[in-house]
Amino acid sequence: MMEMNMVQAINAGLHQEMAADPDVVVLGEDVGRVGGVFRVTQGLHEAFGEERVIDTPLNESGILGTAIGMALYGLKPIPEIQFADFIYPGFDQLVSEAAKYRYRSGGEYTVPMVVRTPFGGGIKGGLYHSQSPEALFIHTAGLKVVCPSNPYDAKGLLRASINDPDPVLFFEPKRVYRAVKMEVPTAPYEVPLSQAAVVRPGTDVTVVAWGAMLYEALAAAEQVAGDDQIEAEVIDPRTLWPLDLETILESVRKTGRLVIVHEAPRACGFGAELVSLVCEHAFVHLQAPPRRVTGFDTPFPYALEDDYLPLARRIVPALRETVGF
Amino acid sequence: MPRARHLASVPANERVTSLDERAWQRRRSPSGQTSELPTQVPRELKLRLYRAMLLSRRLDERLMALQRQGRIGFHVGHRGEEAAILGAAAALRPQDWLVPCYREFGALLYRGAPLSAYLDQMFGNDADPAHGHQMPDHFHSKAHRCLSVSAPIGTQLPHAVGIAYAARLKGKDDVALVFFGDGATSSNDFHAALNFAGVWRAPVVFACRNNGYAISLPASKQTASDGFACKAVAYGIRGEQVDGNDALAVYRATRDALEAAAAGEGPTLLELVTYRLDAHSSSDDPRFYRSDEEVAAAMAQEPIARMQRALFETGELDERADEALRNAVEAEITEALRVAEERPKPALDTLRKDVYAHTPWHLRGTT
Ligand SMILES: Cc1ncc(C[n+]2csc(CCOP(=O)(O)OP(=O)(O)O)c2C)c(N)n1
Repeated sequence: MMEMNMVQAINAGLHQEMAADPDVVVLGEDVGRVGGVFRVTQGLHEAFGEERVIDTPLNESGILGTAIGMALYGLKPIPEIQFADFIYPGFDQLVSEAAKYRYRSGGEYTVPMVVRTPFGGGIKGGLYHSQSPEALFIHTAGLKVVCPSNPYDAKGLLRASINDPDPVLFFEPKRVYRAVKMEVPTAPYEVPLSQAAVVRPGTDVTVVAWGAMLYEALAAAEQVAGDDQIEAEVIDPRTLWPLDLETILESVRKTGRLVIVHEAPRACGFGAELVSLVCEHAFVHLQAPPRRVTGFDTPFPYALEDDYLPLARRIVPALRETVGF
Repeated sequence: MPRARHLASVPANERVTSLDERAWQRRRSPSGQTSELPTQVPRELKLRLYRAMLLSRRLDERLMALQRQGRIGFHVGHRGEEAAILGAAAALRPQDWLVPCYREFGALLYRGAPLSAYLDQMFGNDADPAHGHQMPDHFHSKAHRCLSVSAPIGTQLPHAVGIAYAARLKGKDDVALVFFGDGATSSNDFHAALNFAGVWRAPVVFACRNNGYAISLPASKQTASDGFACKAVAYGIRGEQVDGNDALAVYRATRDALEAAAAGEGPTLLELVTYRLDAHSSSDDPRFYRSDEEVAAAMAQEPIARMQRALFETGELDERADEALRNAVEAEITEALRVAEERPKPALDTLRKDVYAHTPWHLRGTT
């Protein structure tokens, strides 16, 4: 065990996986000598050399497209997209190629790669360094979408993602990168994909949140527990897709209420899918309309970042209203 | 070992130097000469190549007819481009990778993929290796190191570079040969792939079939540069224009490029200058954008008659042997088509197969 933040935990995980398996390679912009703009890949270059820690030209489609080729050959590439906001130039490679390769080859070819990318707001990154595009990829059949919220999960989910035979998009909440520290095992371990975590047990309302927003949901839950005697059960899906729906349904069947918190814009966000799924599978248990507390249907604002993000102060009234419905 | 020529080393009078339409006209009209056939190519290989070209040609004709009768949904062929495709395929070694665009079924067959598997894919039947997931001519075969065809143009180019990089990392001398059309040279991924390949000195051969058109667009509307081979210069890799209707010239150039790549000398961009005799696909009507005269002139230089003439001239083939070859090809196609067409559609549950390695809950059940 060692006290680590998320950057250190992911870095340790990458070191371990690369040491254990010569097929694991890391590629991306500035991932080599400098260790990535967030230093997540620091030290890998020295340890494993420039053939396996590849500083690529600046082209996201090229990074993802060549990673797909490497994966088809039998490597386990881990491309890094510097910020999730820059994934769009590589969008086609992800949704048309990586996601479809297994399907279109009748299962003969597979693309076992893990695309790591920091996402989300809260670091004054402005419009182009703050986006949360997870819904676009959840909508794409063939991709898996993982989003750890703490260092322990990050290391364990990373290992599970690398060992998964399908392409995984690994969204790292950059606001959490250095803000949260916890004990992390130094030995390798897996946090299985598609298993949600009940982070805070409760009886009155189910709150689903991921990434950095999990902490806002927890703060809101603490506040209403003290102020209103509302016990919120907070669930972190950890893997957004394929989803562990059962854990969420079980909670909703108990609490009868659902509030979803995400940074991304609301329209067609993952919250919309969660509401639909819960309505389809647990409608008779609902005692109040499900609520979403989300970003706005606008681009991400620089100056009003704290107003855009669904911080605890916006979650608290949603919890009160849902329970008081 | 002979090397592919860098474009800069091609004598000026062999290069297209002006950007006007006449220049493009010349580019679209590869020479009809047959005198340059390399004599060092063994007869057996020439005959195998010739037979493969005949098979591809007849497949194209038969499949287009089937499409017109509504018996298959679509076909995109390579009638007129057989020399470019099969000449290059003939140069591949077993360990090399074929990264196709969508006109290269002939190359896959040349590598030894069964004709039946290709036709099963064309019919989307229950033996289709892709389980009926893709429209016709979107084939693959892992056993033959042939990647899967994607519809979005240009996307396969970086895959070839990744394959090549991975091979070198694993200490293998495999080379990736990637096909694409002149239209694909305008795609982002073309530039990404050539740039990455150049920087990494990846063992990859880029085979651009300059067949004159991207659907209705003539090559002159695709680029303002002097042809396509010259684009290699900007990426620091070798580039060569080849008469793409001369199967043996294509074979030689591809073989040289593959050898260079395998020897660690990096990538080559080949521009195979040829002509697309047919419509872009069974969904296209080329009368809207090109004249009958143009096609007739190209027909006069089409590669199969040219190869036949050459083989007759050297005495490596005579009319009787030629006829026997054609009959054998015809019979092979007829039988394979009959079997493929009679097979049923894939089972309903194949709809949900192969999305992920393990089927998650949301893909089970019926709704
Ligand atoms: C990204 C993308 N845009 C448009 C199309 C539609 N399309 C299919 S083939 C084609 C022309 C391709 O021409 P070229 O690359 O020269 O290959 P050729 O058909 O001549 O072999 C177009 C525009 C596509 N498949 N993908």
